[in-house]
Amino acid sequence: MNWQLMWDSLPRMLGGLSLTLQLILGSLALGALVAFAVALLRLSGNRVVEKLAAAYVFVFRGTPLLVQIFLVYYGLGQFEFIRDSFLWPFLREPYWCAILALTLNTGAYTSEVLRGAILSVPQGQVEAARACGMSRALAFRRIVLPVAIRQMLPAYGNEVILMVKATSLASTITLMEVTGIARRMIAQTFAVFELFIVAGAIYLVLNFVATRLIKFAEWRLTPYLRARA
Amino acid sequence: MGTAMTVAVAVSAFAFGIVVGSLGASAKLSHSLALNVLADFYTTIVRGIPELLVIYLLFFGGSGVATSIAAAFGYDGRVDLNAFTIGVLAVGLISGAYSTEVIRGAVQSVPFGQIEAARACGMSRWLILRRVLVPQTLRFALPGLGNVWQLTLKDTALVSVTALAELMRVTHLAAGATRQPFLFYGTAAVLYLLLTTISTALFNRAEISANRGVRRA
Repeated sequence: MNWQLMWDSLPRMLGGLSLTLQLILGSLALGALVAFAVALLRLSGNRVVEKLAAAYVFVFRGTPLLVQIFLVYYGLGQFEFIRDSFLWPFLREPYWCAILALTLNTGAYTSEVLRGAILSVPQGQVEAARACGMSRALAFRRIVLPVAIRQMLPAYGNEVILMVKATSLASTITLMEVTGIARRMIAQTFAVFELFIVAGAIYLVLNFVATRLIKFAEWRLTPYLRARA
Repeated sequence: MGTAMTVAVAVSAFAFGIVVGSLGASAKLSHSLALNVLADFYTTIVRGIPELLVIYLLFFGGSGVATSIAAAFGYDGRVDLNAFTIGVLAVGLISGAYSTEVIRGAVQSVPFGQIEAARACGMSRWLILRRVLVPQTLRFALPGLGNVWQLTLKDTALVSVTALAELMRVTHLAAGATRQPFLFYGTAAVLYLLLTTISTALFNRAEISANRGVRRA
């Protein structure tokens, strides 16, 4: 075990951390918006819209993320009209392709989590809110959504961990985040285990922080559970 | 052809994962502290680290380890693992970590009274394992193992980085050669969807048959 090499490789690996974090936070934030929209569409009551949203979820959950990334990065450039459109400056960049693919992927998974949470809000609470004279939108905003968000946190925590790991796939489309740097350094030095341990430790720390944050959010949102303690 | 290879890798890795998972689950449930810690270490690390990194580890480091193991057994010379073996080992190890948790949960949900009853009937440990524990565990574990299978199937796409000619690799080459990437990656996506849909149906059937002795409410 070459400790010196491990120590020396750390700053270079951490150089990729900012890109990894950007991919995680960017796609989680955008993915949350997509998930919210898709979950509402799936519960809209309109048959056609529901089918479309369900098809989106089915496709993105049923195919490997790598296929989705390649489809966006290599696939979209095949079409003339995309290359001519105003989107091309973005879709030409591997960075935005990675964000787009990760967003669509996590959006599909998260929308299912959110949909389940919305459905789990007791009907009686909605009825009570309506009986108090709240409009449907107000009842949704004040009653259903806060309860649902609290409900979905544990499952959403799993999704966050999956996303932390999924950003490593961005290295396959030339992005130099932590895995990309690790891979290049392995190819240069052949110190497979040392570099694997360093890169792996970075991801473990990220996942540890992510689970703590979710736990903290859960704790904040359930004051009634700790009042007695 | 690529699809057949994908299925071959996925099935072998899943089977390997179940073996690893059973060993891992028994280690986690054993009374030995060392085994508990070891199994916890394994599942935490593998589930917390990107799959791609695990595949790179075995791809770049696997042959070296195999060579030194062979050397320990008195064989000198280089052992090269082929891409298929590396793929199965890597995806199997990942799948095994998830299977460990699924199987552990399933074993723990078998009521302890049943094992006591079997013991009271005079069954040996092996007989209890075969007649009581394994059939019940299978019933509880099937939904979870279904999830693990879906993960395993999709993880095989990552093996394409090792140049094994599975579905994703073949697609990549075809897309590059014909300059029609959208068509080929789209086809690959459809094939993966087909595989996941078929396997969902198969797992549903397996669940029905595993639950045939259970009264539904």
